[in-house]
Amino acid sequence: MRPDLHHLFRIDKLPHIWCPGCGHGIITRTIGEAIAESDLDLEQTVIVSGIGCSSRASGYMNFDTLHTLHGRALAFATGVKLSNPQLNVFVLTGDGDATAIGGNHFIHAARRNINLNVILFNNNIYGMTGGQYSPLTPTGKMATTSPYGNIENNFDIPALAIASGASYVARGTAFHDKLLVDCIKEGIKNKGFSLIEAMSMCPTSYGRRNKMGTPADMLNDLKTSAVNINVAKKLTPEKLEGKFLIGTLHHKPYREFTEEYDKLIDRLRKEDI
Amino acid sequence: MTMRKASLIQGNRACTEGALAAGVRFYAGYPITPSTEIAEIMSEELPKLGGKFVQMEDEIAGMACILGAALTGKKVLTASSGPGISLKQEAIGYAAMAEIPCVIVNVQRLGPSTGGPTSSAQGDIMQARWGTHGDHPIIALCPSSVYECFTLTVTAVNFAEKFRTPVYVLLDEIVGHMRENVELPTYEEIKIIDRKKPTCAPKEYKPYKIDESMIPAMADFGTGYKWHVTGLFHDETGFPTGKTDVIDSQLNRLMTKFSKYEDEILLWEENQLEDAEILLVAYGSTARSALDAIETLRNEGIKVGLFRPITIWPFPEKVLRGKLEKLKHIIVPEMNYGQLMLEVERVCKDKVSVSGLFKVNGLPITPDEIIAKVREVL
Amino acid sequence: MKRWEFRLSGSGGQGLITAGIILGEAAVLEGKEVVQSQSYGPEARGGASKAEVIIDTKKIHYPKVVLPDIILAMSQEAAQKYGSEIKENGIIVIDSSMVDDFKHDKVKVLKIPITKLAKDEVGKTFTANIIAIAFLVGLTKVVSFDSLKQAVLNRIPKGTEAMNTKAMEIGWQWSQEKL
Repeated sequence: MRPDLHHLFRIDKLPHIWCPGCGHGIITRTIGEAIAESDLDLEQTVIVSGIGCSSRASGYMNFDTLHTLHGRALAFATGVKLSNPQLNVFVLTGDGDATAIGGNHFIHAARRNINLNVILFNNNIYGMTGGQYSPLTPTGKMATTSPYGNIENNFDIPALAIASGASYVARGTAFHDKLLVDCIKEGIKNKGFSLIEAMSMCPTSYGRRNKMGTPADMLNDLKTSAVNINVAKKLTPEKLEGKFLIGTLHHKPYREFTEEYDKLIDRLRKEDI
Repeated sequence: MTMRKASLIQGNRACTEGALAAGVRFYAGYPITPSTEIAEIMSEELPKLGGKFVQMEDEIAGMACILGAALTGKKVLTASSGPGISLKQEAIGYAAMAEIPCVIVNVQRLGPSTGGPTSSAQGDIMQARWGTHGDHPIIALCPSSVYECFTLTVTAVNFAEKFRTPVYVLLDEIVGHMRENVELPTYEEIKIIDRKKPTCAPKEYKPYKIDESMIPAMADFGTGYKWHVTGLFHDETGFPTGKTDVIDSQLNRLMTKFSKYEDEILLWEENQLEDAEILLVAYGSTARSALDAIETLRNEGIKVGLFRPITIWPFPEKVLRGKLEKLKHIIVPEMNYGQLMLEVERVCKDKVSVSGLFKVNGLPITPDEIIAKVREVL
Repeated sequence: MKRWEFRLSGSGGQGLITAGIILGEAAVLEGKEVVQSQSYGPEARGGASKAEVIIDTKKIHYPKVVLPDIILAMSQEAAQKYGSEIKENGIIVIDSSMVDDFKHDKVKVLKIPITKLAKDEVGKTFTANIIAIAFLVGLTKVVSFDSLKQAVLNRIPKGTEAMNTKAMEIGWQWSQEKL
C-alpha cells in the first residue's frame, strides 16, 4: 500500500480477512485514495457498513467506524448524518446488503437525497455465507442456492438509484481503479446521495463455481466487459451487447435532506423571534 | 421554564414532553397506532429546539437511525407498538451489544400479529425482557398514570445515558391515550443525567474498558477518538474477537453491568401492604383497577394490598420477597395470559401461592373483576 | 360532589372526543379530578366512536366508565350499541336528527334535534358537538357555564368564537327548557 495512505488505515488490523484474489481490497484502497485526495477532515469522517464481506472494510479504516446490521447501514448512516450534518459519512455495502435485505433503505435514502457517499461492492454473490445467489447474480449463473443456474432477474443498480432520486451515480471496477477513485471523489463533492457501484470479484464463491478461471482472468473479464460511458456514446447497440457502462452515469444535484432540515430549523427560529 | 399549571394531558403527550425535558433531541420512527401521537408531537417540537425528527421507511430503520444519531452524542428515542416493536428487536439487540443509549417507548396494543391496534393489552412484558436473540440485560419501566408517563420517560432517558443501555417505557393503550389533569414538573425540578465521555487522549481510548463504575466512557463520533462499533463480540478496544475467554468476560460484564445500581434502578409502589393477607401485584393501567378494588374490599374488612412494580425489568424480586411474611395469597391481574405472573411465581411460590387474573380481549380488567377474584381465593 | 360518568357516543367525525376533552378541561379549570378516554374504530370518519369523561373531587383510579350517569348518542348505531347500560337515575340524551328510533324502559330519555339545531340555528353542522356538550352541562351542572365557555374558547380555532358561543347558548337554553 502507498505509504502516504497508511494513516487512513488501521494497519495493525491487517492482513484483512478477504480471500486471495478478492477485489474488495483494491476497492477499499480506492476509497482511501479518494479521501486522501479530497481534503476531508479525517476526524469529521465516519465510515458506516452493513454485514458481509464488503462491510468488513470499515474495521480496517482509521476513522470513526460503525459496523452495523445486515442491510441497515444506510438507516444507521441516516441517523449519523442527520444528527450531525458536519460529518462526512461514507457507507460501504455489498450487493446483498444494499439491494436485498437493505433494499428499502437503499431506495429511501436515495429518495431523500441525503448527503451520503455510498460505495456498493458488487461481487455478484453472498460471499461470506458461502456463495448463495444475490439480486445481482446474473441470470443463469451458479450459486449454492441456484444449483441449476439462477432463474431470477437482476437489478440494474444505477437505474434503481437514479429512479429513486440519487443525485450522483457512477460505476467503476476493481480493474479500473483510477476511474473508481475519480468517481468516489466526484461523489464526495456532490452534496446529496452519491452511489458508486464498484464491480468486484469473488473467485472463491462465485468464480470457481462458474468456471471463470483465475482471479487474474476475472479481473480481465472486468476489463473487457466494461465500457466507459464516453466511449459508449459512439458505439452501436450491437457493440455494447453483454457490456456494462463505467464512469459517471448521472449527476443532477438538487435539494438535500439535511440542508432542508437545517433550513426548517432556521425558519422556525425566525418565526419564534 | 415557567411554572406549568394543571391541565388535561394525554399519556402519549406527557411521555413526549418527558423525553424533551430529559434532553432527547433526535427521534426516528414509523407511524403505528396507538403510539402515533408521540411521533406527531416530536415532529412539531424537535425542530423548534434545534433537534431532528425523521419518519423512516420502516420500523427497523427507525430503530437503526436513532442508534446512528446516539453515536454522534444525541439523546435519542423512538416509539412504536406491537408489530413495530417486533421488527425493532434486532437493532435493540445491537444497542445492548454495542452499549448505545436509547429509549424505546412501546404503547402496548392487543396482539399477537396485527391484533387490535386500538385495543389495550399488556402482552409485551416478556418480549421486553427476551425479545431479541442471545442474552443481555434490559431496563423496562411501566407508568400507571399520565404524570408517570412524563416522569418515567425522564428516568428512562437518564438510565439509558448512565448505563449505556436500551431502556423500554412500556405504556399500555389505556395509559397512552387517556387524558388526566396533571401538573407536570418544571424543568428545574427534573434531574438530568448525561452519558460519561472519555477524558483520556484519543490514542489511549479503549471504548469498552471499564472502571469501577462498570460503564465504559463513550466518545461522540466526530471528536477524534476514531473508534470502532460492531455488533460482533468485541474486546475492550471495540474490535471483533473470537477469543472465548474474552467473549466470556465481556458477556459477563454486560450481563452484570447494572447489578450494583439496583437501588437506583428498581422502582415500585406499595399500597396498604403492611397488614395485607392478599396481595395484588399489578402494573400499568391495571394497577389503577387494583386500587379501586382495594378500597372496596378494605371497607368490608378484607386485608388486601398492592405491590406495583414500576421497574418491570429487572424485576424487583428481592423487594417483593421481603414482603411475603404475612401473606396468604398473591393475585396477579394482567392483560395477558400470565406473563408477569410467571416472574412473581418464580420469586414467591415457595412461600406464598400465586394465581392470575387474565383478560385479553382489548378491555381493561375492572375493579369488580379483581374483587370477585379476591373473594374466590379467600 | 359525586363521581360523574359521561359516555359520549356517535360516529367518527362528529367531534365527540373533542367534546369530551372540552368537558374535561372545563372541570380541570374548576380544580376537579378528570380522566378522559375514548375508543374508536379504524375509520377516521363514520364507524362507532365513544368518548368517556369521569369527573370527581377525589382521585380517580379506574379510568373507564363503570356505569354512566349520562349517555349522549348522536347516531343510530351508537344509540343501539351504548344506549342500554346506565345508572338507575341516569339520563340518555338522543340527537333526534340522527337517531330515528330509540326507547329505554328504565331511565329518562331526552330527544333533542342537536345536529339540526347546529345546521339551522348556527349554520354549521360541525358545531353540533358544542351544542351537545352545553346541553349536558346545563342538565347536570357538573361545571358552570362560565367554565365551559372558557374551555370551549381555549380549544376552538380563532374566528369561530361567535358561532361556538351561539352553539353553547342554544345547548344551554334547550337544557333549561327540558329540565
